Amino acid sequence: MCGIAGLFLKNRALEPELGALYTPMLTAMTGRGPDSAGFAVYGDEVPEDWVKLTLQHADPDFPWEEIAEGLERDLDVPVKWFRNADVAVLKTGAGEAAVRSWLEDRQPGIEVMSVGRGIEILKGVGLPGEIAERYGLARMQGSHVVGHTRMATESAVDLAGSHPFSTGRDLCLVHNGSLSNHNRLRDSLERRGLSFATYNDSEVAAGYLTWRLAEGADLQEALETALTDLDGFYTFTVGTRDGFAVLRDPIACKPAVLAETGDYVAMASEYQALAHLPGIEAGEVWEPEPGRVYAWHR
Amino acid sequence: MKTISLAETPVRELNRQLQEQAAHFREPDWRITDPGGRHALAVGLDAPLNVTIDGHVGYYCAGMNQQAHVTINGMAGVGVAENMMSGSVRVRGNASQSAGATAHGGLLVVEGDASARCGIAMKGVDIVVGGSVGHLSAFMGQAGRLVVCGDAGEALGDSLYEVDIYVRGSVRSLGADCEEKSMGPEHRAALAELLEAAGMDHDPAGFRRYGSARALYNFRVDNAFAGYGEEEIES
Repeated sequence: MCGIAGLFLKNRALEPELGALYTPMLTAMTGRGPDSAGFAVYGDEVPEDWVKLTLQHADPDFPWEEIAEGLERDLDVPVKWFRNADVAVLKTGAGEAAVRSWLEDRQPGIEVMSVGRGIEILKGVGLPGEIAERYGLARMQGSHVVGHTRMATESAVDLAGSHPFSTGRDLCLVHNGSLSNHNRLRDSLERRGLSFATYNDSEVAAGYLTWRLAEGADLQEALETALTDLDGFYTFTVGTRDGFAVLRDPIACKPAVLAETGDYVAMASEYQALAHLPGIEAGEVWEPEPGRVYAWHR
Repeated sequence: MKTISLAETPVRELNRQLQEQAAHFREPDWRITDPGGRHALAVGLDAPLNVTIDGHVGYYCAGMNQQAHVTINGMAGVGVAENMMSGSVRVRGNASQSAGATAHGGLLVVEGDASARCGIAMKGVDIVVGGSVGHLSAFMGQAGRLVVCGDAGEALGDSLYEVDIYVRGSVRSLGADCEEKSMGPEHRAALAELLEAAGMDHDPAGFRRYGSARALYNFRVDNAFAGYGEEEIES
């Protein structure tokens, strides 16, 4: 099973309500995936020469202030940060590589959930409603959000198996389905210099897109070649800094519903997740065709 | 007319009340509001009810229907009218995949598009789609008629047994053992009847007919005893 739900705002006036509109979408997919959940929110962008990292630690009282102070001191860069449950969102003028290597040297217990200018990934094991509550999803603002409720099939029920997966800056992917060629694809991507944090098949799909985007493809092109290079069953929803895309495999075993109004594009595994959205009854609601890339940008 | 809001009444209670009409038929007309994409609405009905659902529905709406006439004023999720035996189901919007799967009888009308595997393993149902159907429609269809007023996706009628398929638009590809058939006056008459029943205003002459070429393994008499031991055949 697994459930996917994504919301991409076209109307900027709705940005303060992103989390409030999205929370019922995520929780509506609980029946399809009750073991873990997560979401990537895009908004609150840092300037071009800054980077924003979402860091997670098993200890909810982890002394993040020491990390922020240490980074500021050792790398001689400005650092802003805030705590959200067991997560710290850290914004800094340092380069991503410098921050990553500083973190690896000092704090192996810290998980880097996402890196980019706008993305924040928050996820965990438990019911989707609990995860949304833990991170205060309903109060969040932003331009778009991509989320997932998981029923584990390919790997264990743990944080590492929770979606979304982010393998590149501001990129995230959620997946309903299972890939059959992920091991071989992982090997070939690793030979091209990518690294993976888990053995999950969905992370390989995210890594594939990261590689294609780094090669110069746009989101549409990257997903079009994914149709030949990824084997298995999938409905993907992908978020980038300014984009949102949906793709189903050519057999379309996994469900998806898309809806579009003048204000937003919304997708979910089932219509239930969209039912409460304003203006949905008058909007265009359809089932995305198999093997066809749907992409939006702002 | 009895009206039930699913914002207030659970699905189980709705289905209980509708199914109760099979034993005590008192209320023929029902209106269901606030479906909100919920699954398994109006399933297992067995009485000549008129049920109107105002809004989009989830999976398996009006499954196993007998006698009832169900109208969905919205979009339907996976498996609408699955295993229908008689009566009718009308979807005013689009339908998701496997619409009318394994249905034995009755009439399913989708006014919009139906997705992949429309009429998969259909066993006698008539299905009329106002728009297009997705890939593998009528896959392993055994009996009944499928009418597509728009286009058909890949592998139409794959591994078909005895279904008549009428398509007005283009067919992306035919599945294994599906072929175009001649369109005689009896077929045009049958199609006109189906279009009228569905309330679709098209000239039957604008459709092409497809069906089984009956060349697959199961149709060869030489294979009739395959899988049996020699002794069983001799006895």
